[in-house]
Amino acid sequence: MIIIILTNSTQGKPLRKFEYANIWISKVDKTRIIKNIKYNLMKKLLILGGGTAGTMMANKLRKALDRDEWEITIVDKHKTHYYQPGFLFIPFGIYNKQDVIKSKSDFFPAGVKVIYQGIDKIVGEKNQVLLEDGKALDYDILIVATGTQTRPDETPGLKDKLWYKDIFDFYTVEGAVALQRHFKSWEGGTLVMAITELPFKCPVAPIEFVCLAEEFFAKKGMRDKVDIKLVTPLPGAFTKPVATKMLSELLKEKNIEVIPDFYIERVDNDKKVLVSYDEKEVPFDTLTIVPLNMGDEMVERSGLGDDLNFIPTDKHTLQSNAFENIFVLGDASNIPTSKAGSVAHFASEILFDNIMSAIEGRPLLAKFDGHANCYIETGHGKGALIDFNYETEPLPGTFPLPGIGPFGLLKNTRINHYGKIMFRWIYWHILLRGKEMPIEADMTMAGKKKVNL
Amino acid sequence: MAEKEIAGKTVQLNDEGYLTNMEDWSREVAAEIAKEDGIELTDKHYEVLEYLREKHAAGEPLSIRKVGKSGITDIKGLYQLFPGGPLKLSSKFAGIPKPASCV
Repeated sequence: MIIIILTNSTQGKPLRKFEYANIWISKVDKTRIIKNIKYNLMKKLLILGGGTAGTMMANKLRKALDRDEWEITIVDKHKTHYYQPGFLFIPFGIYNKQDVIKSKSDFFPAGVKVIYQGIDKIVGEKNQVLLEDGKALDYDILIVATGTQTRPDETPGLKDKLWYKDIFDFYTVEGAVALQRHFKSWEGGTLVMAITELPFKCPVAPIEFVCLAEEFFAKKGMRDKVDIKLVTPLPGAFTKPVATKMLSELLKEKNIEVIPDFYIERVDNDKKVLVSYDEKEVPFDTLTIVPLNMGDEMVERSGLGDDLNFIPTDKHTLQSNAFENIFVLGDASNIPTSKAGSVAHFASEILFDNIMSAIEGRPLLAKFDGHANCYIETGHGKGALIDFNYETEPLPGTFPLPGIGPFGLLKNTRINHYGKIMFRWIYWHILLRGKEMPIEADMTMAGKKKVNL
Repeated sequence: MAEKEIAGKTVQLNDEGYLTNMEDWSREVAAEIAKEDGIELTDKHYEVLEYLREKHAAGEPLSIRKVGKSGITDIKGLYQLFPGGPLKLSSKFAGIPKPASCV
């Protein structure tokens, strides 16, 4: 009979992490050490991406998981955390760069190992992640939270001679700062806000951008010199009918033209026009663009993505379709809801429950409903708010308390604007740190009114 | 929702004229729906429609980009086949639901 016993190599204590173990083999009554090995009983949870989603998960899980049983590691190549909802305000001088950046490390909890390095790929069959320097990290559970990126190089003529001269994005801090500089001396003309393709991060941002531009140029006393247009591949200002109706009326009041069903093929830098696939043209003097959004290239190298490098994911459990121990949170997945911080936040609560279930070998019972909640800055100190999920489109009403609010859904109010302004504090102090928010992860119909169009 | 006879077959259509049951589809049904939108279907059209039906049945989300990469035609070609709203029209003729834009 052979008995294998794992013990501490010196004192026979139970094994803890990274201790050398002796494998004892007892043959009849003769005992000897056959091998002195480094045996690691710690389980490994690996998080790729230390943005909004990854940071929230690290905070939630580090509190819940025993440090002697679970090692948590985050990998991210960047050290700066951007408050991305704030990018919108930079072109108009409401925020500056220093208002939206902090160090990522300020938000990672103690007891989490952080590796600042690029990721080569995930090798799901081996439960391994390869880093850019060739080092391999093993995992028992992997959370992919590598987000989405703008890819202006994918649209011909976009990143050409007019890039950051007359063409800008506000989805990067560089683009937002360059646009602020441009607007300071711009003398007017046609300002086009254009969306290349769906899905893209923060789907209400272009609407907010045109509203804030309207206010900005009105206050500068040059609104009559600026013609503002919103060019979109969608059939209207927004996707869902009730919100589209409200937002279209709002844009009309502000004299902002919406050009729907426009699918951009290329930008002609010499003529300064946008050209669609069916050869329609929209001229511009200044173009602000939402470039094509794609998931991280690491996803493509791993063979885990769709044609836009988003990872096919179960929209309810947040488990990847390809591997049981790979979960996807935030913009990196292909789930059919908004790519937005609020979605990552609500989904993180569901994912937390499901990871705890997976660890304990229980079925994944928590189901994400696609809940999104977005403040929409509408200019002149007002804002609107929408709250929706996979099944229910944004409806009018009050939020979060039915009948009370204080926020009005699909209404243009001052208090909604303050909600957006306050949110930056909430983001840094509560949300990223994985603390409880007084809003349920599941969307509720309480306080919402059904509408017949 | 309305019941309608198309190409000698009784089918269910939703308010926007999309088939509610993709099994009701046939090449003839597609041809008649397309005719109402002023489009005469060619073999190239049918190749796109069958591609869409196959991908929809497999539960894959559809986008203009995806069809443009299918090898059947590129995005420009797709606009020429289905002028105005390539995905809206092609899914209508393919007997599958109107693609939901999930923002």
